[in-house]
Amino acid sequence: MSEVENNDRREFILEMARNVGLATLGGLMWSAYVDEVTASTLVLRPPGALKEKDFLRACIKCGLCVEACPYDTLMLAAPGDNKPMGTPYFVPRDMPCYMCTDIPCVPVCPTGALDESSVSKDGVLDINTADMGVAVIDDNSCIAFWGIQCDACYRACPLLGEAIVIEYAKNERTGKHAFLKPVVVNDVCTGCGMCEKACVTEKAAIFVLPRETAEGRAGDYYIKGWDKNDEKRLENATSEITTTEISKESAIDSLNDGLEDLY
Amino acid sequence: MQTVWNNYRYLILRRFSQISILVLYFGANVWGWNILMGNLSSSLLFGIVPLSDPYAALQIFAAGAVLTADLLIGAGIITLFYLTVGGRAFCSWVCPINIITDFSAFVRRTLGFDSIQKRQPSSRNIRYWVFVMSLIISFILGITAFEFISPISMVHRGLVFGLGLGWAAMLIIFLFDLFVLKNGWCGHICPLGAFYSILGKFSLIKVQHDAEKCTGCMECKVICPEKQVLFMVDKESLPVLSGECTLCARCIETCNEEALYFSIRNFRNLKNIGE
Repeated sequence: MSEVENNDRREFILEMARNVGLATLGGLMWSAYVDEVTASTLVLRPPGALKEKDFLRACIKCGLCVEACPYDTLMLAAPGDNKPMGTPYFVPRDMPCYMCTDIPCVPVCPTGALDESSVSKDGVLDINTADMGVAVIDDNSCIAFWGIQCDACYRACPLLGEAIVIEYAKNERTGKHAFLKPVVVNDVCTGCGMCEKACVTEKAAIFVLPRETAEGRAGDYYIKGWDKNDEKRLENATSEITTTEISKESAIDSLNDGLEDLY
Repeated sequence: MQTVWNNYRYLILRRFSQISILVLYFGANVWGWNILMGNLSSSLLFGIVPLSDPYAALQIFAAGAVLTADLLIGAGIITLFYLTVGGRAFCSWVCPINIITDFSAFVRRTLGFDSIQKRQPSSRNIRYWVFVMSLIISFILGITAFEFISPISMVHRGLVFGLGLGWAAMLIIFLFDLFVLKNGWCGHICPLGAFYSILGKFSLIKVQHDAEKCTGCMECKVICPEKQVLFMVDKESLPVLSGECTLCARCIETCNEEALYFSIRNFRNLKNIGE
């Protein structure tokens, strides 16, 4: 093999290695960036949105939902908004979802990122089945919890008396007044945010969070034994039995174990 | 006036096309027009016909989402359109980034940055790598990889729905093209351009060169943003068959001898040409 041929081959291999290296470099930076900018968990999506991960996969960022919305509720995330770029979202304190019965934002979605079936009951669009998030009350700043009469959120709720109920309690401080405390019924709340918009405090004491963020999960270890429906939750639960070998030492020895160096 | 029209007629038409598309989108968002709703990623024509960016659809597919009928039809229509008209016609007749990069190239030429930086240390094939990589990353991360960083989307979406810091994206592209790499974004990196280059290989409308008329002034190569596609100038009478030609027609306008002109691709003679 001639010297020239050898050099050619060497150059070719080096060039290929360089390309692959650069591609890896670029690919990793790109992936890291995209992974980072899509990791936002506090964004409220339009009604009918798929679960966040699937939503980000399917949304083409065309803004047809934004244009369909008659209230300027929905916006597309612009650079600098610190939200996954180009995806639709809303900020209830600025403009809540007014729960149009014909849900114009959902059927226009070309990619199914807003899923009609998830906001339909028996094949008919029903905005009350929407799940954009869930309202959370900070009872420390809610003036109703102070004993001042306010039912702004309760009155603003489109599912009046269902998604927010008023709990009465005696005000022990005065001895003669009542607390009228708003309580959110998580399973009914759609996360429209009209309560957050209506809240009279300087910074809303009731606000909508994505359900995934707002709610805990009891898990399979705890069950409401008095509730037949709750037991169904565990129908498919699996159990794992673990055995720990019983110590063969006598109890005294076992208790004194590890104390030898004290003497 | 006649000469201005003669020397810039396609440029004027292209700017008109690019800007009116943006205005239609803007009008749909702000004044509720229903001629062209949405944006370049996906839109509705006259409130009925779906149109979708086929490259975005490819990424959605790679990310593992189910493609809906609307998306498939929309992407199909756009693909067929550019297959017929000419792949990268999108780049020079629709894409708003083209206005920025053309301006950058103009500043480069007039201020003479071209003469102090003659070497272009970068391959125009990077875009195909970026294109393939975008699909791989979409697949691995389950997310439309390019759509989350695309300055094209940032700019056109910004102009229609609110810019935010999108002006920074515009400035980045402008400065990159001006000081780092000539025709850097559109000619080297943009994977959407790469996608339309691939489509353009098969499209109908082509620029034709007539070597008989050519005087070899090479003005066309100076102004062409993809000058490798004009390799035949002053040598052979060939059509510009490369998909990388954006059909911007600057070469046609700049040629005083009419040695370059639009023509319909002749499929019968294809074999004689040797492509």
